[in-house]
Order: sequence, then structure tokens, then C-alpha cells
Amino acid sequence: MTAVSTSYLHDLTLSLPEVFLLGATLVVLFVDLFISQAHRQLTYLLSLLTLVGTVVLLVAVPEGRHVGFAGMYVTDGFARLIKLMTAGTVAAAFLYSRDYLIKRGLFKGEYFVLALFATLGIFVMASAGNLLTMYLGIELLALSQYALVAFDRDSPIAAESAMKYFVLGAIASGVLLYGISIIYGVTGTFDLSMLAQRLDAHALTQVGLLFGLAFVMAGVAFKFGAVPFHMWIPDVYHGAPTPVTLFLGAAPKLAYFALSFRVLAEGLGSMAGAWQGMLMVLAVLSIAVGNVVAVSQTNLKRMLAYSTISNVGFILLGFLTATPFGYRAALLYTITYVLMALGSFAMIILLSRKGFEADRIDDFKGLAQRSPWFAWMMLFFMVGTAGVPPFAGFFAKLYVIQALVEVGFTWLAVVAVLFSVVGAFYYLRVVKAMFFDAPADDAPIGGAFSFKVLLSLNGLAVLALGLFNTPLVELVAKALR
Amino acid sequence: MLANYLPVLIFLLVAGGFGGLLIVLGFVLGPRKPDSEKLSPYECGFEAFEDSRIKFDVRYYLVAILFILFDLEIAFLFPWAVSLHAIGRPGILSMVVFLTILLVGFIYEWKKGALEWD
Amino acid sequence: MIGLPHFLVLAGVLFSIAVAGIFLNRKNLIVLLMCIELMLLAVNFNFVAFSRFFGDLDGQIFVFFILTVAAAESAIGLAILVVLFRERRGIDVESLNRLRG
Repeated sequence: MTAVSTSYLHDLTLSLPEVFLLGATLVVLFVDLFISQAHRQLTYLLSLLTLVGTVVLLVAVPEGRHVGFAGMYVTDGFARLIKLMTAGTVAAAFLYSRDYLIKRGLFKGEYFVLALFATLGIFVMASAGNLLTMYLGIELLALSQYALVAFDRDSPIAAESAMKYFVLGAIASGVLLYGISIIYGVTGTFDLSMLAQRLDAHALTQVGLLFGLAFVMAGVAFKFGAVPFHMWIPDVYHGAPTPVTLFLGAAPKLAYFALSFRVLAEGLGSMAGAWQGMLMVLAVLSIAVGNVVAVSQTNLKRMLAYSTISNVGFILLGFLTATPFGYRAALLYTITYVLMALGSFAMIILLSRKGFEADRIDDFKGLAQRSPWFAWMMLFFMVGTAGVPPFAGFFAKLYVIQALVEVGFTWLAVVAVLFSVVGAFYYLRVVKAMFFDAPADDAPIGGAFSFKVLLSLNGLAVLALGLFNTPLVELVAKALR
Repeated sequence: MLANYLPVLIFLLVAGGFGGLLIVLGFVLGPRKPDSEKLSPYECGFEAFEDSRIKFDVRYYLVAILFILFDLEIAFLFPWAVSLHAIGRPGILSMVVFLTILLVGFIYEWKKGALEWD
Repeated sequence: MIGLPHFLVLAGVLFSIAVAGIFLNRKNLIVLLMCIELMLLAVNFNFVAFSRFFGDLDGQIFVFFILTVAAAESAIGLAILVVLFRERRGIDVESLNRLRG
């Protein structure tokens, strides 16, 4: 009995960041329940404190790979990097969202609590050592996201996009689960490291496994929003309140990367020969459809949604090489993409005011005259995402292409570059609207001081990580050793 | 390589075919001789008072939502109670944590007024 | 004698009916929620069958969690449905048509 107790204690110490995050989120929920609307700032501050505390505990977790809860929970460099990035991204999302929510009467505790629960879901996914933990993490994230999208109850389109997201998301989980059940049927285990042991080179000839894998891949592609499972992305990005879109567009991408890495690379690594082909189709279709359809969009949120789809294609391209360098390139790409997506959506929030959503490309007309500094910031985000040197996005794309060429997929690299050139067009359209068109309205640019500082830092980071990209490369290399 | 996906294809065909077959069979084999008596709803020999497809009060859904969540905790309590001897103190501790989280949820819904009908 | 394949085929058929129901259903969103539930139950069927035939309890534990998550999922689904109903005064699938492009 004592032995069990000590190991239980050890497991709890190992997962202290998650334990703290859950406990603190419950406290936030509880406190928010008993304060008046005038004191709602307290919820906001407590949520930020929760994230700060979580980061402190994350840094204190011992280095190296540790396994707890009988293999259910794994902490290693990869999990730690994903979690730190997530905590930072969510904190930035909170800072960006506050004023928007206050001005629209949406400043409620639920936004913060749901986002914190989603964060916990991402943490669980990053540390999943078992398909069961992975599933629970996915669902915790997904359920919080559905609720977040429907969060603005007076919006005519939010409920509709939430419903679409919910139905398609639920199908995705169902399909993923069906795949998991088949894989369990063949191998008899849910444990990811055990799975890796039991699968050997013969795995590729087992029809049952391939059958299961196809379903798992469809589930993963749904979650990522890769073509042909992308239908929900534009509607959800468009329909959700902008702070929610900002949240959805950033942190969960890290989670889905963790999902693919843990399940495909670690668990089903010996089946790489099978999932490479599937990912190839998904990636090429995503890059093609995402970039081409984005050109015809007039709504900036929809355009960014299609841009997401094409960027997901790039992440998958890096991933499908199934080499350590490829995984690193994909993770690097994910992190830089998240940084740029945060900034782009924050720009929409910056230009919005009560009763006016700056979510059309036309709303950015003449921004260079209204606020040259933020026009430059938006330029950084757009040009950075397009992959123009010397911004961060360029190096991320370069690494992915390098990884592809290294394993001999030169034609994939060529396709990716060609469609990126098409993609550059619609990013530049925004730049043209900002710098060469006359302003459509001349309302002063709002935004709190902290918001502006954070946005500027975000923009400068996109530039800085392009010019000096070694720290990030080393960070990623350390995480995926 | 591509041949490996054959089972998936067969699965899709069987799934689609099976669904389609049932619908077609119903159309083809089902006798259809409608008359006014057959088509009218049956209500204990009376004339029907109103349309049977009435809309439920939305509050029923709210009760349903809350019921589902708190109903399922019992599914965890039973196996836990049965195996209490085997799992010892960590087991008790885990259940305390689980129930605390549920309690917070319960207080939340209570305070938000979800339990009041009016 | 009923063997493992029988269970798997039944689960597969249930799963297919659920998926077909989701894509063919053009009327009512509640039916959609039922289909999603059916889908998860079909998966549970698979898990229980494997678990029983392997003599390995893990599959059944997984089922417990799926059941719980499915309940939470339908709760969220119903909640979104209520919001949608308040806004549209109806829950037809066809009313989901305002987001295009």
C-alpha cells in the first residue's frame, strides 16, 4: 500500500503543472461566480496569474523523459516546449481579447475559464503516453472550443458556426475512435510506447492495421483542418467572435501537432511508409486549395482561414518526411505560424470598435495613413506568412523544403513553392490596400497601451525570428532530441 | 501500396450499399394504399386535438443537459466502490478530487440559476 | 457460436448507419445528435468486443471514458442547439446557411 502511495505522489509531482492549472481554473470559475460585473477584471487577472503559475511550475519540472501514472502520462522536452508555447499564446490571447470583450458586453468569466480548460486539454495532449489520455485531451480541448465559438449568444452567425463545428468535430472524434478501436483490436494495447514495440516492419502488410490507420488519419486531418476535411475552418473562423477566432487559430495548432507527433511518429512510427502517402495527398491538396481559394475572399477572417489551411499543408509536409529533421522543421513551422496568426487576428481586433468589425480587407484600406506603425506591423504578419525573406515565415518554409529535399521528395518541394507564390498574391493584396488605397474611414485607432506594446512585440518577433533564427532552431532541436 | 486500401473501399461500398438497399427495399416492397383514415393520427378514437409535433419548452433541454452530466458520475462510483479495497488511499483521494470538481460544477449551475424553472 | 467477427460487423454496420444518417439527414438537428451518439456507441461495441475476446480490461475502461465524454458532448450540442433555436426559431438543418464563401 505504501509503495502505491509513494508512486502516486511521484506521479502527482510530475504532473504538477496540470494539477495546478486545473485547480487554479476551478478557483477562477468559483471566484467569478461570486463577484459583480464591476469586478470582472479580477477574473482576468486571476486567469493570467494561473498561466504565470503554470509556466513557473513547467520550468521546475525535471529535465529528461519521465513517465507517470503507469505510462498514461509522459513528460519530456517536447511536451515542455509545447506547453510553454501554449501558455504564452493563451496569455497573449487574453491580453488581446480584453478590450474587445469589454466593449461588446462579452467580458464574462466563461471566456477565460473555457480558454483555460482548453489549455489544460492541450497540456494533456502534449503529455499523452496512451491513446486514452490523448482522447481525453482532444475532447477537453474540442468541447471547450465548441462552447467558446457559441459564446456570443446575440450574434446571428456564431451559433450557426458553433453548430457546424460541433457536428463535424464530433464526427472527427467518432472516426478517430473507430480507428483507435481497430488498432487496439490488432495490437491489444493503448499504450503508445507499447504500440511502437509491438508493431514491426510487418505492420505494413497487416490489412487491419492499415484500415485502422486510415480512420485515425481522417480524424487527425479533420482536427487539423486539412483538405478534404477543411469545410469547418472558414465558417468557424468567420462566425466566431474575433477573440475566439484568435484563440482557435493559434494554440490548438500546437496541440494537433502534438497529437500527430505522439500518435503517428511515436506510436505508429513503424507504419510511416503507410501514413506518408496519406499525408502527401492531404498536404498537397491543402496547400493547393488553401492558397487558390484564399485569393477570391473579401472577408479577412475567411482569407486567414484559408491561409491556415495552406499552412497546415506545410506543417504536414514537414511531418511526412518522418525524419528527425522533418519533425523539427514541422514544429518550427507550427510555432512561427502560431506567432503570425496571433498577430494577424490581433490586427483585426485593433481596428474593430463597438458595432464595427474590421474583418473585411477593405477595412484595412489606407491604414498606412491612419497609423503607419501598425500598417508596418500588419505588413510583417502578412509578408511573414507569405514566406518572404527575411521574416520568420521564410525560414520556416525553407526548413520544411530542406527536409523534403533531404529525403528525395523534390517534386513535393516544387509544388509547395509554386503554390506559395500563388499565396503571396493575396497577402500582398492586403498590403496594397493598406499602403496604396485611400482610407475608407478615419476613426482614430483605439487599443490600450498594453495591447499596442504586445502587438508591436509580436510583429517585431516575426522579424527578429527571421533575422536571428538560431535560438528558435536550437530550442526546437533540444525539444525533439 | 494502393491495393492495401481495398478494404477501405469495400467498407465504403458496403456501407453505402447497405444504407441504400434498405431505403430502396422499403420503397419497392412496402405496399402503399393510403386513404384518409390511415393518414390521420390515431388518438384513442377521438378526432386529433392538435398537431402531434408540438415544440417542447426549451427549458426541458436545459434539464436534460444537466441531468446527463450528473447522471453519469454514478458510472464511475460503482466500479470504484467495488474495488475500493484494491486501490487503497490513492483511490479514495482520486474520487475526492473527482467529486470536488463535480461539486464546483454543481455550485456553478446552481448559482447561475439553471436549476430554477421560472 | 457467435464470434468476434459478428460483433465487428454489427459495430461496422451501426457505425455506417450513423455516418449515413449524418450526411443524409436534411431535416432535424436533434436527429444529427442522435447519429453522433450512435456512432460513439458503435465504437464502444468494438471496444467491448475486443476487450472481451482478449480478456484485457483496458478496452472496457476506455468505454467508460467514451460514455462520459459522449454525455458531455451531447450536453454541449444541446446547449448550442438551444442558442441556435433562440436565434432562428427553428432547428432545421437547412437554416444553417448564412455562412458562405
